[in-house]
Amino acid sequence: MKLNRFFYLIKEGIKSIFTHGFMSFASVTIIVACLIIMGSFSLLSFNIDSMISDMEQDNEILAFVEDELSDEEAMAIGTRLEAVSNVSSVTFVTRQEAFESFKAEYDDDTRFDDLPDTTLRHRYVIHLEDLSLVETTAQDIKAINGIADVGAELEISRAIITIRNIISLVSFVIIAILFVVSVFIMNNTIKLATYSRKEEIAIMKMVGASNAFIRFPFVVEGMILGLLGGGVAFFIEWGLYSLLTEKLMATIIGGIVNVVAFEILLIPMLAIFLGIGLLVGVFGSSVAIRNYLKI
Amino acid sequence: MVSMKDVSMVYKTSGTLATDHLSLNIDEGEFVFLVGPSGSGKTTIIKLLTGEIKANEGEISVNGFDLTHIRRRRLPKFRRTLGVIFQDFRLIDDKTVYDNVAFAMHVVGASKREIRERVPYVLKLVGLEGREKRLPQELSGGEQQRVAVARALVNRPRLIIADEPTGNLDPAKSLELMLLLQKINELGTTVLVVTHEKELVNAFAKRVISIENGSIVSDGMDGYYAYEA
Ligand SMILES: Nc1ncnc2c1ncn2[C@@H]1O[C@H](COP(=O)(O)OP(=O)(O)OP(=O)(O)O)[C@@H](O)[C@H]1O
Ligand SMILES: [Mg+2]
Repeated sequence: MKLNRFFYLIKEGIKSIFTHGFMSFASVTIIVACLIIMGSFSLLSFNIDSMISDMEQDNEILAFVEDELSDEEAMAIGTRLEAVSNVSSVTFVTRQEAFESFKAEYDDDTRFDDLPDTTLRHRYVIHLEDLSLVETTAQDIKAINGIADVGAELEISRAIITIRNIISLVSFVIIAILFVVSVFIMNNTIKLATYSRKEEIAIMKMVGASNAFIRFPFVVEGMILGLLGGGVAFFIEWGLYSLLTEKLMATIIGGIVNVVAFEILLIPMLAIFLGIGLLVGVFGSSVAIRNYLKI
Repeated sequence: MVSMKDVSMVYKTSGTLATDHLSLNIDEGEFVFLVGPSGSGKTTIIKLLTGEIKANEGEISVNGFDLTHIRRRRLPKFRRTLGVIFQDFRLIDDKTVYDNVAFAMHVVGASKREIRERVPYVLKLVGLEGREKRLPQELSGGEQQRVAVARALVNRPRLIIADEPTGNLDPAKSLELMLLLQKINELGTTVLVVTHEKELVNAFAKRVISIENGSIVSDGMDGYYAYEA
């Protein structure tokens, strides 16, 4: 393409944003609204997911060492435990330490004071990578020589897994529905925005403009509006999220849950918002004028 | 320049036979009126000649392009050899007079310099100097039609086709426009004008093709509606 024509077409695309000011405004508004709704749901589900991950991290299993083993032998098992798949961390707790913390828990109760500090067994506190595999991992650990028993709260683990699966499914369904609705609304907005240009396109065709020549400014326009919508939505989402989480953390809930700071997500969020905006703008405008190009 | 051989065209939606085994030839440099009652098929002929619709039967060739077999992709190239003018002007509302004409030159990939030289020249030719910065709605109907003429002219087409260009103009403005088209013809461009206006046709001693029900009923230099005689 000749440079003169290239710049002319870019200029035409930019000019067109202003000459069709209302439609541009409407398109950007729709993109912003859809992105904010989808973004908010994604953030919510991201937060829930991260909370569940925290809970998973808190959920530990205990591996008790056989009584006959010496302290050295008991400690040596650690490396073998670490080698078991799905084990993320292994901490050795001596029977004395375990007994101390046991006694500390029952501070007022003097019944335990006379017991020898070898009453309890040496143990390992183990965290898992994937909680859903807790049963097989527990079996693997039990099979290790020197491990007498494994204590895992399977009920709690199962409950956490179920909750996580339900929430993942629900948020996936909601985001998918929102996505379809957004595409539908945006498609209609863009159709409306290009309908008034039908005449203009017919005139251009009559003068001998190629399809590429007609499409180019439209795509430039869609690209700019899409990026603009993505950018605006990003900053509104940022502000909204920060405000809401700040308010939330000030309440009692703040003591229980931990929300993900938006700042951590800054770059990926910006990239996703701009990316979706760009995609919708370019795709939407080229699909919308395709119908008018057949004249 | 323009040749139609045995052309038949049926509109599928209405089943109307809009041209019925019609043949005509227009040579380079001619000025031709195409006349006929409403619904006789004049606009259909124009659309066939601009490649907007395809004939069911027969052969059409315009400016050396075989429109019977032309590919869709080649149509833009063909249309750049034409200048088309309509009854309703068909200007782009949000472009100034200057830009409405200049954009047709951008379409063909003209350079900045060519555009800067050519646009003012054609605007002067059609009598629109001083109106460059106005928008179409800030012009009279006659002025708007002259913008359309300027746009049709700007790429030096070999053929100008006008479908009832005076339909929305008063008699004085109609005559003015026709004189302008005659001037353009004298400068070397072939002109084909569809019109209803008997007085206007009679004022010029030009070739007149009359059609009725999709067929040519007379073709001559008599300068009047032959079918009414
Ligand atoms: N798009 C269309 N679909 C179906 N039938 C059509 C279409 N366009 C025109 N016709 C029919 O074809 C015939 C010829 O129409 P055409 O427009 O060529 O007439 P015309 O001579 O230009 O008339 P006018 O002087 O009123 O402009 C008419 O009977 C009309 O009803
Ligand atoms: Mg007509």
